[in-house]
Amino acid sequence: MSRGSTNSVWVIAEGIGGRIPGVCLELIGKARTLGDTLGGEVGVLLLGYGIQEQVDELFHAGADVVYLGDSPVYEKYQPEIFTETIVPLSKEVQPQIILLGSTFMGREQAPLIAARLGTGLTAHCIDLIINEEGILEQKIPAYGGMMTIVCPEKRPQMATVTQGVFPMPDLDMSRSGKIIPVEPPEGLRTRVETLKVVRKKPEGVPLESAPVVIAGGAGAGCAEGWQEIEDLAKTLNAAVGSTRPAVDEGWTELETMIGQSGKMVHPEFYIAVGISGDMQHMVGISGAKAMVAVNNDPQAPVFEQVDYGIVADCREFIPILLRKLREKGDL
Amino acid sequence: MVSIVVCVKAVPDPEKADEIRIDPVTKALPRQDVPLVINPLDRNALEAALQFKEGGKVHITVVSMGPPPAGKVVKECLALGADEGILLSDPAFAGADAYATAFTLAKAIQKLDKTDCILCGRASSDGATEWVGPELATFLGIPVVTMVREFVATGDERWKVKADLADGYRLVEVEMPAVFTVTKDLNTPRTLRYSGIIKARKKGITTWGLDELDVSESSVGLKGSPTVMSDLTYVERKSTCQFIEGTLEEKADFLIQKMMEVGVL
Repeated sequence: MSRGSTNSVWVIAEGIGGRIPGVCLELIGKARTLGDTLGGEVGVLLLGYGIQEQVDELFHAGADVVYLGDSPVYEKYQPEIFTETIVPLSKEVQPQIILLGSTFMGREQAPLIAARLGTGLTAHCIDLIINEEGILEQKIPAYGGMMTIVCPEKRPQMATVTQGVFPMPDLDMSRSGKIIPVEPPEGLRTRVETLKVVRKKPEGVPLESAPVVIAGGAGAGCAEGWQEIEDLAKTLNAAVGSTRPAVDEGWTELETMIGQSGKMVHPEFYIAVGISGDMQHMVGISGAKAMVAVNNDPQAPVFEQVDYGIVADCREFIPILLRKLREKGDL
Repeated sequence: MVSIVVCVKAVPDPEKADEIRIDPVTKALPRQDVPLVINPLDRNALEAALQFKEGGKVHITVVSMGPPPAGKVVKECLALGADEGILLSDPAFAGADAYATAFTLAKAIQKLDKTDCILCGRASSDGATEWVGPELATFLGIPVVTMVREFVATGDERWKVKADLADGYRLVEVEMPAVFTVTKDLNTPRTLRYSGIIKARKKGITTWGLDELDVSESSVGLKGSPTVMSDLTYVERKSTCQFIEGTLEEKADFLIQKMMEVGVL
């Protein structure tokens, strides 16, 4: 699809399991700002089952139109049924912009939709701005700086955004809008089927709401070094966060990764252990009352981004800190 | 014989990636400064293929798009046990975004005799877009399952896999041929052995460019990419960091004191 589409801004929301993720509301808030700048309406395409009652909230957050697919076929995430619902409707309505949350569904659906629409897609943006030419500037941290990606010719302009990047919009209870029912595709022969969904209870303190976050990076050095970080977190009742190198080393799970393509955290107290200070990670932390970094390299960029710097080898420092905390706890 | 294609990207060594800085004037990425390695998650994809090969008759073709130095990475895949290596390299391929990359890979895979299964890493460590696998599947007109952490049942026309969710997993059944993007939880990639390096010496790498793929210049590389980088800015950081002096014991005391002041201890 090329330019010549409408000025509407879309958010693709999901109501899998009967619950709309918070990132969808955050994106509607952002879409409202973008739509107002472009002079276009905000459309939300919501697919799920048993979600009718949650539609009002989408209007309160800023939606003008909700395309509602409320059907048992959308109860579980079925990739082809979702794509075959979203693509034809996008071709018909021709939104200028489509935003999706970087959820597990969004991360799979966004490229499937973009490839089918023959358009570009920017991953995990940390800001979205309409420039003077009316084009969406999509900001991502890269190579120690901030990169602007644009999709100058093809439409829609598509981007994914992680939960917590944009604030929850203020809800305006007086707002309402138009509901347009969406029917599931007929006669579709599916080749992929989600047979079942198994959910586990998350362990420990949830990262996104933890008052104290201890994030470890490559400087942890080894699995034992990582264990000390885990021990420290347990002692402090803190959540453990990580950087991509720590995940790549296999010390921790992808779920603990903080930053652009991971989680956004808002702790009161943040401690970086063995982290160099790469932007992709650092953009994930906001609102902390105090930030501390422990790193053996006084030149590490992380020290430019925190309040307090402790130059030390974390393998020496963390055990001492642990001992002192335990002594304190015993008093 | 089952034919598996593993898509591999040569990326700047993630351990040295901190040092990479784009030239602020030309906006070019100085790739040659940092050694190229196999994208970490693509190693998991290759390992999955190698494990399939241990269990039956499997032919593994590694396909990679990149500049000529990326051939080293394809060679490494051959040394790890892949049977055939194809490097998609042409000046016209440069500057490709995920869309143009997936398109070019699709054209190459369509040129192969038969493909039963395509494996990719979930994301690349440098671009980290995660889009190439699903977009490749779309261009090939076959299904995809992303974030696969376990192959539960393989060998039939329909495979069963476990795919990651934020708080659990999906059990997914998929009709073959299909594309899978894999996570690091899938397996532990093997390391290079001397015997493999010796064997790989006999295996050659095929290089395909614009002519071999029979694609127009406007559909690949920067010209075929819907997205472009329009700007790169470096944020001047004014450091207000207070360095804590003293012994490690004193530094620990300071940290504890700070936490008490903030009210989290």
